[in-house]
Amino acid sequence: MTEAAAIKAQAEGHAIPVAIICAVIVVIWYLACIPMNWVITAPKIEAAGGGPYNVLAISWNEQRPVIPAPHQIIVELWNSIFMVAPWKVKSLIYHCWVTASSTLLGFVLGALLGIGLAIAIVHSKILSKSLMPWIIASQTIPILAIAPMVIVVLGSIGFTGLVPKSLISMYLCFFPVTIGMVKGLMSPETMQLDLMRTYNAGVSQVLWKLRFPASVPFLFASLKVAVAIALTGAIVGELPTGAVAGIGARLLNGSYYGQTVQIWAALFAASAVAAGLVWFVGFAERLTLKQMGARP
Amino acid sequence: MTRVNFRDLLYPAVFGLGLLLLWQMVVKGFGVPAVLLPAPTDIGAKIVTSLPTLGVDFVQTVIRAVIPGWLIGSVSGFLVAIACDRVPFLRRGLLPLGNLVAALPIVGVAPILVMWFGFDWHSKAAMVVVMTFFPMLINAVAGLQASGHLERDLMRSYGASWWTTLLKLRLPAAMPFVFNALKINSTLAMIGAIVAEFFGTPIVGMGFRISTEVGRLGLDMVWAEIAMAAITGSVFYGLLVFLERQVTFWHPSYAK
Repeated sequence: MTEAAAIKAQAEGHAIPVAIICAVIVVIWYLACIPMNWVITAPKIEAAGGGPYNVLAISWNEQRPVIPAPHQIIVELWNSIFMVAPWKVKSLIYHCWVTASSTLLGFVLGALLGIGLAIAIVHSKILSKSLMPWIIASQTIPILAIAPMVIVVLGSIGFTGLVPKSLISMYLCFFPVTIGMVKGLMSPETMQLDLMRTYNAGVSQVLWKLRFPASVPFLFASLKVAVAIALTGAIVGELPTGAVAGIGARLLNGSYYGQTVQIWAALFAASAVAAGLVWFVGFAERLTLKQMGARP
Repeated sequence: MTRVNFRDLLYPAVFGLGLLLLWQMVVKGFGVPAVLLPAPTDIGAKIVTSLPTLGVDFVQTVIRAVIPGWLIGSVSGFLVAIACDRVPFLRRGLLPLGNLVAALPIVGVAPILVMWFGFDWHSKAAMVVVMTFFPMLINAVAGLQASGHLERDLMRSYGASWWTTLLKLRLPAAMPFVFNALKINSTLAMIGAIVAEFFGTPIVGMGFRISTEVGRLGLDMVWAEIAMAAITGSVFYGLLVFLERQVTFWHPSYAK
């Protein structure tokens, strides 16, 4: 590639526009801090004698702002990640771990349930007719909205801690996996299925040697969606547990005590966990496809 | 129009009725206490006796928060998608961010929005707007690229302007994607409004009722709210499917 072509490719890439738009967002954010925090900061600015310097200094460093300035969030993140031991309750790493562990458990359970349902649906016409509408209907119940009830009810019969939260994640997870896998398992063409028939292959052989490998790209596409909503499920599942541990507890705690900076820091941590989980599934996808001989 | 096959309705109906029967038999047969799982008949009775409360909650959550939020979020997502399509710079800069944000646990913004917009329905509607914006943006941008090169070349040979091409070719071609987003958003909107109510609300609303009744162990009322949420969600979804069929009748998936 010539240098000119390289520059052109770079200009057409995503990096520069994304960076510019991010910068614009940060600038707008900083500017928005001034009017949005005005309710709180106005008396303080007046007391400090006014002037542009005081306006900026006070608007951007308010202890309990309506909207914290980006650097306040970064400081809070730094303090709660690197300045505290990771196993202490004050550490964000600890809360992220609590949430991530129940997310992962729910994700694995949900993926297994989803794959199992998909295999059943693909092999039985009656099941596909009777089950499929209910699987779709199951998602019109706003499960996230009733997650607190599920947690409390399960808690009252002795299930506490990790498992109830994971069940919420599982309920959310299985749907995209089922839908994707049904599509994937059905994706082999008639010719390929006929070929398997001429080999006199049994149902399980068709499943393992043809349908399953064919469904892998669909599986991973669904898993990426599933892991993201599993995290949402785990966070909402943590809201009613009396705000003990986890990102959700951190959010609720922050909203009770008006610790805005803490809420934002928890949100950023949650975003990082989400991005990490999705990246990890993508990584597993690349590895698997490579093993299966796909060309990059 | 394809006609609905009778059997397509029969199987799921039998399955669902069987599930309800099984539920009823298990609860009554094993004497499961009502604080764990009320029987369907008890829930039905509760729905009938507390219709006024359910109605008030419905107005607060669905009419005031879900529907306006869903409309604003979807329309603004759609408009930004058109802007992205018009300005390639925006598409390259905004779309990766949109994809990232769509994967984030957006419900976490709820406490912040409640702080900004107050306890009443405004903050819930804002939550719904935030939740529905990104799915619409991503889907609409994908949809606007869905028309084929051949068709676009044809429009060019007609000397059609960008707006004409948009209105006559690319928007109709984008409709399946747009409806997909609207359907995703219909569930997200319900979730967003109800979850936002957990973070503070006046003493009315479906999310409020659920969280307080759970605290009082009035599970029949909770299930009544769930039933109403599920029915609302299904009707909402069904209406969208019906509209989709009317608008995108040309799509191959409706071919007989």
